[in-house]
Amino acid sequence: MAETTLAHIGRTEPRPAGWQGIAADWSSDQRAFKNVSWGKAMMWIFLLSDTFIFGCFLLSYMTARISTRVPWPNPSEVFALRIGGSDIPLILIAIMTFVLISSSGTMAMAVNFGYRRDRRKTAVLMLLTAALGATFVGMQAFEWTKLITEGVRPWGNPWGAAQFGASFFMITGFHGTHVTIGVIFLIIVARKVWRGDFDVGRPGFFTSRRGRYENVEIMGLYWHFVDLVWVFIFAFFYLW
Amino acid sequence: MVDITPADAVPPAEVAEMELYHPHSWWTKYVFSQDAKVIAIQYSATATAIGMVALVLSWLMRLQLGFPGTFDFITPEAYYQFITMHGMIMVIYLLTALFLGGFGNYLIPLMVGARDMVFPYVNMLSYWIYLLAVLVLVSSFFAPGGPTGAGWTLYPPQAIMTGTPGGQDWGIILMLVSLILFIIGFTMGGLNYVVTVLQGRTRGMTLMRLPLTVWGIFTATVMALLAFPALFVACVMMLLDRALGTSFFMPAIVEMGEQLQHGGGSPILFQHLFWFFGHPEVYIVALPAFGIVSDLISTHARKNIFGYRMMVWAIVGIGALSFVVWAHHMYVSGMHPYFGFFFATTTLIIAVPTAIKVYNWVLTLWRGDIHLTIPMLFALAFIVTFVNGGLTGLFLGNVVVDVPLSDTMFVVAHFHMVMGVAPILVIFGAIYHWYPKVTGRMLNETLGRFHFWITFLGAYLIFFPMHYLGLMGVPRRYNELTDMTIMTESAHHLNSFISIMAFMVGFAQIVFLFNLIWSIRHGREAGGNPWRATTLEWQTPQTPPAHGNFGKDLPIVYRWAYDYSVPGAKEDFIPQNVPGSFAPSREPA
Repeated sequence: MAETTLAHIGRTEPRPAGWQGIAADWSSDQRAFKNVSWGKAMMWIFLLSDTFIFGCFLLSYMTARISTRVPWPNPSEVFALRIGGSDIPLILIAIMTFVLISSSGTMAMAVNFGYRRDRRKTAVLMLLTAALGATFVGMQAFEWTKLITEGVRPWGNPWGAAQFGASFFMITGFHGTHVTIGVIFLIIVARKVWRGDFDVGRPGFFTSRRGRYENVEIMGLYWHFVDLVWVFIFAFFYLW
Repeated sequence: MVDITPADAVPPAEVAEMELYHPHSWWTKYVFSQDAKVIAIQYSATATAIGMVALVLSWLMRLQLGFPGTFDFITPEAYYQFITMHGMIMVIYLLTALFLGGFGNYLIPLMVGARDMVFPYVNMLSYWIYLLAVLVLVSSFFAPGGPTGAGWTLYPPQAIMTGTPGGQDWGIILMLVSLILFIIGFTMGGLNYVVTVLQGRTRGMTLMRLPLTVWGIFTATVMALLAFPALFVACVMMLLDRALGTSFFMPAIVEMGEQLQHGGGSPILFQHLFWFFGHPEVYIVALPAFGIVSDLISTHARKNIFGYRMMVWAIVGIGALSFVVWAHHMYVSGMHPYFGFFFATTTLIIAVPTAIKVYNWVLTLWRGDIHLTIPMLFALAFIVTFVNGGLTGLFLGNVVVDVPLSDTMFVVAHFHMVMGVAPILVIFGAIYHWYPKVTGRMLNETLGRFHFWITFLGAYLIFFPMHYLGLMGVPRRYNELTDMTIMTESAHHLNSFISIMAFMVGFAQIVFLFNLIWSIRHGREAGGNPWRATTLEWQTPQTPPAHGNFGKDLPIVYRWAYDYSVPGAKEDFIPQNVPGSFAPSREPA
């Protein structure tokens, strides 16, 4: 392993190939991920950790669902809304999903305009994203209220396994908290954009660090992640 | 330092100088500090303080076990509370916090040549949330019903039932809330450590030139970021079971002749979640110890570490493997034989990278210029202890051996050796090693040697007999063993002996704490690099390092961290920031 070489840094020897090349690239000087800022790297790693949290939640829910000996309530009926005299299954969830996915679109546009330094459009699109997110949370509150009035509780429900209510409130609640935190931060970052903090390099209130337009993209990473998680919750909870 | 390397030899800086927050007052300098070094000391002090509580709890347990019936105030309930709090505090609030929050914060920025962690403000929040978690934990001692007595694994259903101390009082709730807070706080710090190592290194510091200490802490932090989520989820779900009456973990159950409201939950699910965290946790504690001990051995044996590259891959390999062995903690819970086969196999495979590390330590010592300094003594003690605890781990990794031994003192002896004593020995060694950098003064040598010998020999006198007790069938978790047929006369004597040894070892720790405080003012002046070590933290312009660590210019790294006793060099060590033309480097190509 430790053969003797002259320790001059400007290496002229050919770059290693194969696995050694991959290891050499990853362990290269100063940064493992070139052109990735600290903030973006930190958000990605946080999202990886958060993925494990949602993964554990969903796996626990699936374990509970497949191991219960009591029938599981039928999502198509439970999550149906009575509109115009007929029950339409999953209609509210469909709208909620549409709203949240749309907010990912507006978020992506905000990132685009952010890098073009178009303050007004960036801020407006971020606020639009926040509004869509808030709409989503609002509809979730409506859904919760409806289920609670129908007798669904964390410890039981009229139709079957008690774990239905428990998992539902826990998982959608945890996801809704993520959306809510996202909305709050969207508004904060939008305000900074609007005020031109990122143009003049104004120090942050708490951190005294100067922000950059990249913050919009980092915010976007979080937001897209929350959307992506919803797709999984939608698939595993409502469509199963 | 004469710059005699060609100008193009040093890679250009990829990242601009980081903006540091400069404190304006005493409060922002020493209390709400954003300096990783201050945060590290805050973490360490808090962890040590709560660790002392756990030490006292272990004394109380030993009082009961060694001299049953003598101390009336140790009721069975109290005994279970002591066990639970001792275990949880030691594993999470002491070892994890001290290795990652303490050593991680202090050493990562200094060793990779950074001015601070990448996000100092978040780093500061990490400590304060950790402190809050500790305070919530401590508050459970004063809550009605006292702290939880569920055992440190908090297994449901008994963790939240009436018969368990704190089960239907505040104890379990405060424990779960405290754990959730700890995980949130740790995540803030952990993200910082990982990003600092990956993206915040100085010029010339490739990953393959990192000191192994940083590799150990870095890998452990990555593991913690992936393992703590499982504990987080388990805590949230148990909190809901306890507070809202959900049944994630609670099966239909009759308690005191009364059918509980719960039904349909799976206690095994909790065990899976807990151990998916719990087993990586063992290595979250062990990997920083591995890394630190590698550096201690290399420095104090004046020899380059043997097989650096293998050491790195072994750390990474252990980290990855530790995520697929968790169910070996659940053999007695029952599982499909094929699963037992799978988990036994993966468990035994971990012995391979671990053995590589042990061989490399020994081969580093081989024909080295061994200085028996106190850090070196602790490092040597660690190797012996770790091998010892690791070998009993091979016993317990096998299903058929584990099942009869699982509920005996043998397991207690095993995990205290491998996960208690071994990492703690490294922590002591590391404190003796880096104390001069933190304070500018050496710890007292005489007290240090006293502390070492009592701790090292005492730990063996405590835990070796426990193996025998376990093989005899003496069960763990029992507070009263007097009337059992397996408890022979000699077993009782052995138990009393263990207890007396435990008091002595505990006493030595108080001497150590005294030494820590006394030496701040009265220790011998250390100078900047008392151990003549190569890594960057010893090359700072000031000792202790000032805010920003490295003065005006960040150091530039020209070599790996282990250029000791290089033939032809003037001194027997070449710091990492000395340009290469002085002597050939033995860095791996």
